[in-house]
Amino acid sequence: MSKRVAIVGIGYSGFRTTSTDVSYREMIYEAATKCYEDAGGIHPQSIDSFVASSEDFMEGISIADEYVPDQLGAVLKPVQSIAGDSLQGLASAMMQIKTGELDLVTASAFSKVSNLSSYENVLAYATDPVYVRPFQENPYFIAGLEMNRYLYETGTTREQCAKVVVKNRYNALKNPVAVYGSKLDLDDILSAPPLCEPLGEFDKSGHLDGAIVLLLASEDKAKELTDKPIWIEGIGWATDTPNLDSRTDTLGGALYAELAGKKAYSMAGINTPYNEIDFAEIDDTFSYKELQHLEALKLCGPGEAGELLELGSFAPAGDLPVNVSGGSLGIGYLHEANGLQKVLETVMQLRGEAGPRQLEDVETGLAFAWRGVPTTTGTAIVLSNKG
Amino acid sequence: MRKVAMVGAGMTKFVRRALETPKELSYEAAKTTLDSCGLSLDDVDCVAHGTAPDAFDGIHQNGEYMTCGSGGWNKPSMRVFVGGATGVHAIVHGWHHVASGMFDTCLVVCEEKMSSAMPHAQGFFLTIFDSITERALQPNLLWIFALEMNRYMERYGYTKEDMALAAVNNKRNGLKHPASQFADEVSVEDVINSEMLAYPVSRLDVSPVSDGAAAVLLAAEPVARRLTDKPVWLEGVGWNLDTAYWATRDLSYPRYLDKAARMAYEMAGIREPDKQIDIAEPYDPFDYKALHHMEGLQLSPRGKTVELLRDGHFGMDGNMPMCPSGGLLGVGNPIAAAGTMKVCELYWQLRGEAGERQVPGNPRLGLAQAWGDLMQVSSVVVAGI
Repeated sequence: MSKRVAIVGIGYSGFRTTSTDVSYREMIYEAATKCYEDAGGIHPQSIDSFVASSEDFMEGISIADEYVPDQLGAVLKPVQSIAGDSLQGLASAMMQIKTGELDLVTASAFSKVSNLSSYENVLAYATDPVYVRPFQENPYFIAGLEMNRYLYETGTTREQCAKVVVKNRYNALKNPVAVYGSKLDLDDILSAPPLCEPLGEFDKSGHLDGAIVLLLASEDKAKELTDKPIWIEGIGWATDTPNLDSRTDTLGGALYAELAGKKAYSMAGINTPYNEIDFAEIDDTFSYKELQHLEALKLCGPGEAGELLELGSFAPAGDLPVNVSGGSLGIGYLHEANGLQKVLETVMQLRGEAGPRQLEDVETGLAFAWRGVPTTTGTAIVLSNKG
Repeated sequence: MRKVAMVGAGMTKFVRRALETPKELSYEAAKTTLDSCGLSLDDVDCVAHGTAPDAFDGIHQNGEYMTCGSGGWNKPSMRVFVGGATGVHAIVHGWHHVASGMFDTCLVVCEEKMSSAMPHAQGFFLTIFDSITERALQPNLLWIFALEMNRYMERYGYTKEDMALAAVNNKRNGLKHPASQFADEVSVEDVINSEMLAYPVSRLDVSPVSDGAAAVLLAAEPVARRLTDKPVWLEGVGWNLDTAYWATRDLSYPRYLDKAARMAYEMAGIREPDKQIDIAEPYDPFDYKALHHMEGLQLSPRGKTVELLRDGHFGMDGNMPMCPSGGLLGVGNPIAAAGTMKVCELYWQLRGEAGERQVPGNPRLGLAQAWGDLMQVSSVVVAGI
């Protein structure tokens, strides 16, 4: 591992449930402009390469990569798209710098899900065309099955999952960009209509439009550009399979998170994640996912997450604050831009720029993103502000 | 910079309608690649995956669906996508994985199954255009390439006969490729007289719609030297994307390719590409594209390419054989897999394992290129032995 890589610029725009007044290109333009300004007013001509993350079906364009360069200032520059979560895109940007050939690379992603008339229909196309799709089920049934299995295997209760929703949506009240912040009672959540038992309507994060652009730099360049670089200490990603019939793990487990975490920790030299990570932004696309991912990422023992949550361990004032930002349940779900949102929050906390939700004395943060049903792909990243 | 080599390659046959599913095609390419160097999936650290539009397979998040076919199951697996250039770019993407020091081996797998699209894969290209300014005109992909071909011919005074020479050359080369779908001994007249699709593009000017998959195994230097005594090194890589507003560009010269090629040459320390490169695999979905790309790659002076082609400079016995595999025109064009097939060809040619179609004179340095999006992106790989 030749060089360290740092995040030196952040920019975002949108974070609204609908945005009829702007196109996604305008949203990206705004985020990119803010990012370049944040990195000390850098001109995009001096950036070496650009990595976008997108999926064609979400954009209604068969080759979405075509429309990446203009609004980023990346015309006639090395540009590529990763068809994956934007945290994978960020991993690609980091690898490009680590080759030693490039110094400055952006990672960008957006969500313009409000353009879709039926998101569930798009999602159905991600399921196996032979074995699953013909049933014409709403793909969220997979989350219902997973949740049921997770509760059964670990002894976690339905109420504990609901408490994740209460915590994250309450946390979101302190985040100015969070759309879904609210003070909910346990009863509100438990009495809500089910999506697929035991998964209820409040257990699922709501859609959000937004764009995020981050600038990554090699060690030398980072020190030149900013006095508050946030270092990428470790990163890892893994995929099981989206096919229900051939998953390695049971439906109750999250092997992808375990594998991704293992790689990220070993790269960062972390042996006891629970002691060494100060706070975490963990995927909470569905309420049970936060608990399941915390266990898979070794931030607590198997089956312990629910109890620790009830003891307040994951609250902003707890031992390991989780989703202080409000998470996807509180902020909203940004689809492929989800991963970058988690990094954005982690960077803001590590820089001490998180405003009313700022945590005290934080040095190392973990962000973890999952691509949602039916996928089993997760990416974990360890970030720090040390040295 | 950490040196990265190709240590194995494999592919499926390219056919019009494969009975295999996309996963099965990927599996076959991945398996033959691992078999070619005596390794198993346990030896693979990560998978770099490529397919072109999701619409072909009709699967959202296609990269996820493909993991259990491409070998990415329970491994770090990441799909890259730059339209038609994906096949060569996936190699660049794999190079990022290994050259960064993150992984020691990376299996690059590209697949395309276009026959699932009914009635024809071209239908999906209607949705690649700008939804506000262009799509309302219902443009077809062939039309915009016809514009580019026309502009290129007009700029240098080339004729349709000139362009057909590239189709004749590539289709003939393809006859010796065991995986080829579309190789044929055709004459310039055959090409000219084939059905007119969109002037000046005739049916034989275009590569066919295909199904297939291809794969390459990349390894870091110490691993590569342990595995084989003939590693094929990735000497340089480059990629570049131009504006989406293609109507504002001069289509006679691919500036994005110029920049991508120079990036690769600089990395490889190549100063005189036209003299130093022994074999070239320019992307040839259309016959004119092969020539257009040779100019963008600096392998032929602008406007002189046809003359060099007529003189045999780019023939199998020439100074720089062009598309010894047969290219997309000869072997077939399962989009992402076609680009990787070109890199596989470099691997076989540089190791002297290309059989009947082996280029004489022990070629030592080869180049493969792919092109895509709205005539706007190119990826280049320079490999040497």
